[in-house]
Order: sequence, then C-alpha cells, then structure tokens
Amino acid sequence: MSEITQEQVAHLANLARIALTPEEIESLTSELGSIVDNVAKVSEVATADVPATSHPIPLQNVYRDDVPGATLTTEQALAGAPDHDGSRFRVTAILGEEQ
Amino acid sequence: MARHDHELVRLSAAALAEKLSSGEISAVEATDAHLDRIAAVDEEVHAFLHTAPELSRRTAAAIDERRRAGEVLHPLAGVPIAVKDVIVTNDMPTTSGSKILEGWVPPYDATVMTKLRAAGLVPIGKTNMDEFAMGSSTEHSAYGPTHNPWDLERIPGGSGGGSAAAVASFEAPLALGSDTGGSIRQPAHVTGTVGVKPTYGGVSRYGAIALASSLDQIGPVSRTVLDSALLHDVIGGHDPRDSTSLTDEWPSMADAVRRGDVKGLKIGVIKELDGDGFQAGVLERFREALDLLAANGAEIVDVSLPSLEYAIAAYYLIMPAEASSNLAKFDSVRFGLRVNPPGGGTVEDVMAATREVGFGAEAKRRIILGTYALSAGYYDAYYGSAQKVRTLVQRDFAAAFAGVDVLVSPTAPTTAFKLGANTGDPMAMYLNDIATIPANLAGIPGISLPVGLAREDGLPVGIQFLAPAREDARLYGVGGALERMLEQKWGHTLISQAPDLAPGEMNAAQEGAV
Repeated sequence: MSEITQEQVAHLANLARIALTPEEIESLTSELGSIVDNVAKVSEVATADVPATSHPIPLQNVYRDDVPGATLTTEQALAGAPDHDGSRFRVTAILGEEQ
Repeated sequence: MARHDHELVRLSAAALAEKLSSGEISAVEATDAHLDRIAAVDEEVHAFLHTAPELSRRTAAAIDERRRAGEVLHPLAGVPIAVKDVIVTNDMPTTSGSKILEGWVPPYDATVMTKLRAAGLVPIGKTNMDEFAMGSSTEHSAYGPTHNPWDLERIPGGSGGGSAAAVASFEAPLALGSDTGGSIRQPAHVTGTVGVKPTYGGVSRYGAIALASSLDQIGPVSRTVLDSALLHDVIGGHDPRDSTSLTDEWPSMADAVRRGDVKGLKIGVIKELDGDGFQAGVLERFREALDLLAANGAEIVDVSLPSLEYAIAAYYLIMPAEASSNLAKFDSVRFGLRVNPPGGGTVEDVMAATREVGFGAEAKRRIILGTYALSAGYYDAYYGSAQKVRTLVQRDFAAAFAGVDVLVSPTAPTTAFKLGANTGDPMAMYLNDIATIPANLAGIPGISLPVGLAREDGLPVGIQFLAPAREDARLYGVGGALERMLEQKWGHTLISQAPDLAPGEMNAAQEGAV
C-alpha cells in the first residue's frame, strides 16, 4: 500500500492552488492511494539502462523568424478577463499582510 | 420538407457533398436538416453543449451564395460539422466541459477551425466531453453526461462522447475530436462509428485546450471511413503555430480509402489485447473480422508487445503530470471564472477558491496526482520511470512493425457500460483505455471502425488498427477495405441498425412519402 496521507494531499492541494474541503481531502487520499498502488509498477521495468522519452516524435530547434506575428489586440486579450481596467488585468493583492 | 430532411441527415458527408456540389440541395437545406434533427433528439442524447442556428445558417447561406456565383469550392463546402468543445472557436463559447470556462468565447480560432472554415464546412455546434478531456464516459462533464444513441442509459464513451453521439444520432455527418489516450477511438467503438487518431503532429493542435501536450492529438469523427479521410485531408498538414507539427507532405487519405485493399497485407494481432479482461461478444466480433480479412488475402499473425502491461501505469503518471502543468493557466486572472473567497484575500487565495469551485472531481484528482508525480522525492520513481516505460512501449512497436504492416486489437475491452457503473472507481474507469493508450505513448496513428454488435447485449463493437508513425494512409486503406467487406456481408451499414430516436419524425416522413 502507498503511504499517501491526508497531510500530504493537503500540501499537494496547496501547491496546486486548489482550496479542497476536508471531505475532498479525505476521499482523494484513499483514491490517490489506490491509483498510486496501481501505477507504481512502472519502476519494475524502468531500469537505469533505459533512456527516458519525453516526446513521441522528437523535433529539434523549431524556430520561426524573429518578427512580430499576428497578435491579439488589448481589447481582445481582455475580453474574457474576470476583471480589468481597460488596459490591464485587475487582481487582488499579490502579497498577504504577513508577507 | 420533413421527408426530405429525414433522408438528408442519414447521408454520409461524401454523399451529402455530392448533392451540394451538383446543386441538388443547398447548404442552408443541409444545415437546417441537421439543426432540426438536433432539436428532435438532442434533449435525450445531449451531444451538444452549444448550437448557434442563426450563425450556422448565415455561414451556410454564404456558401450557397459563393456556389451560385460560380466559385469552385472545396468538395466538402456546405457540409455541417460538430466540434468538440476542447477546440477554441471565435464565434461560439468554448468550455472544454468545465465550469471554469463557462460562457467563455475565445478571442481566436484553432487552426483546425481556420482550415474547416476555409474549406466551407459549416460548424453547427460544440459537443459535450469529459471536463478537460479527462474521462472515458462524458460523465465528468460539468454540464451532465451525453447518452449513447444505441441505448440512452449507457455511456457514449469519452472523452469525446458528444462528438461520437452527434454523428451516431445523425445530428452531424462529421465531427472533430481529440485523442489523448483514446478519446476519439473508444467513443467510436461504443457508438458504432469511425474515429481516427492521426500521427502525433499530423494535425495542428494550435487552439486545442491542452490536456497532456505530449499525448494530445486532434482527429476526425464520422460514420464512414471515407468521411473521416475526407475530413483528415482538410485538417491535416503543417502549422507553424504548433511547434510539434510535422512538416511532412501527406498523401490523400481519401484516395487511400478508395484504393484500400488487404491482399498481401500483413496484420499483427496484439496478443496482450486478445483475451483476458475482454468481453466475449467483443472478442467474437473481433475474430470474425480477422477471418474476413484473412479470407480476402490478408496474412494474420500473432505479435507480442510485452511492455503493454506497463502502459496504463505510465500513462496515468505522464498524463496527470502534464495536465497539472497545463491547467495551471486557469488562474482566475486572464479568462474564465473568478471566485472571491469570503472576506477577500490575496490573488493566490482567489486562485485557490476559483479552482475549488471551477474544477470537477476528476480534474482535481488528476491535478493532485500529477502534482504528486512531479514533486521532489517522487519525480524519479514515478514520472521518470513512466518516461522510461514510454521508451519500452516505443521499442515494442518498432519491433512489431518490423514484421507486420499494421497491428490490430479490439478498440476497448467491453461494449458501452451503464451510466454511473464506474463513476465510483477511478481505476476501473481508467482500464477502459488499455487498448488505446499505447498509441498515444508512442505517437503512432490509430483508427476504430465498427465490426458488428455484441451477441450478449446488441451493442456496437469496434476494431482498432495501428500503423507506424506517419503511415496514417495505411490505416485508411485497411479500414476502408474492411468496411466494404463487412457492409457487403451484412447488406447494410452498422449504423442503420441503431434505434430510431425520433420515431415521430420517421412516421411523419413515411406518411409524407405515401
């Protein structure tokens, strides 16, 4: 069995910026434990001599000419924003008081 | 009018295209017929998240205008198409099945949309899907599940259940899907339709909301192999906006279907996907199809891919790891939902509150799993090992394709299961993808097409062919040939056996015909 704990899930949720409820943390802890037990078998065959593959069909150095392409207008870029001031996205405070 | 409409929606895209170019019908008529069909059956099927009838009619009218003016148009001009909601459209909302994007109208079109519009196809709506394409049943859609047109109490597959159900219920002759671990092919299997996952990089992913960037691929969904090929020819090819897009010159997939012949073709049956865990009726239809291929000159041999037993495990580490990174963009700042926590808070608090409300259970599960797989101390054991398994799977395929032209398996272990049957057990849900995931890990193309109905439940069964990377045309050749053999044997198409979802409509049509 995997060693996943509720504290660990709460920590992961914090890293992933999801404000989980205690009930979600509880159910995710057991679900993740079961999933991790099932996927941990990858280490059985992943020996040191096997190289890792990150990309199915590797391409190297995909560049384009360094010239401006078609871009969104400010209006288009802001059109879907929850809040903006006409030229910039508006958010709440970046730093908390203790920071 | 009703009689006419009833026939129109049952035509293949190729047949509809002929009537459009000959002037027998107009694009507006074709569009109206499909919009009427959607109005008649989609309350039950729920394949669509959004339609825009006036917009679609205007698009169709503009095609008719150009045709009347004598312009030479693409053969598919005027044919309606449904679009999976993972693909961004600048004139319809795009949600990827998530509450976090409810109502969002993207400021740009995906490249596949640009290509469809240039060819004159008529987008008629956005189709339902598991949230961010995470699922095998559409039950993880934030907007409620899609129902399988063969049995409304059953799943239409996923994540692209909406696109498959739309073509299976004659709401559209064509649809776009996306396939990260089987999301085009498994829905095709359970709905008696055709779906193709192209070679990784063969179709641009610019404007596809990414689930797992090293696995995702956009592809065609249809009722016939030729229709998928015609659509593939429209959407395929290099796109400078997608740095993973291949620069290859591609042959015509439609020509490959028309020329399709299995005589002398060497077909490898994947031993690991032909027995344990597969429903008897699925295996029965699968083996009948192999017999038919052999009777028509194909050479059938057994092939082993020993690393396949590790493929699902590797997939469920790589996919969540990439998903957790890709979904970080839903931060409540630039687009989508924003939820302010009680009493306010910092931008991080707002982000966490937004993602708590905006993401469903499966999205949260995979983000947390991916965050775990990538975290310090676990990275090598999980993500690193999974990437090594990916190498082993690729080596297995390379060895197999040294001896055979294509590989074959059932597309999924079972026919469509009941809605709700697997929602409480994530691992059971994940095992549905056992036959489809390996192709995504290796980047190779795959096709699923129907081979009959399972004896025990009368539900569709699909066969999957896989080919080496860049050999998509080979799949269309064997797929087109097998489809012709099966339909000759049956004397009809498989989809013609699907229950009529709007018998009232049919009666009206028959009365009209008398």
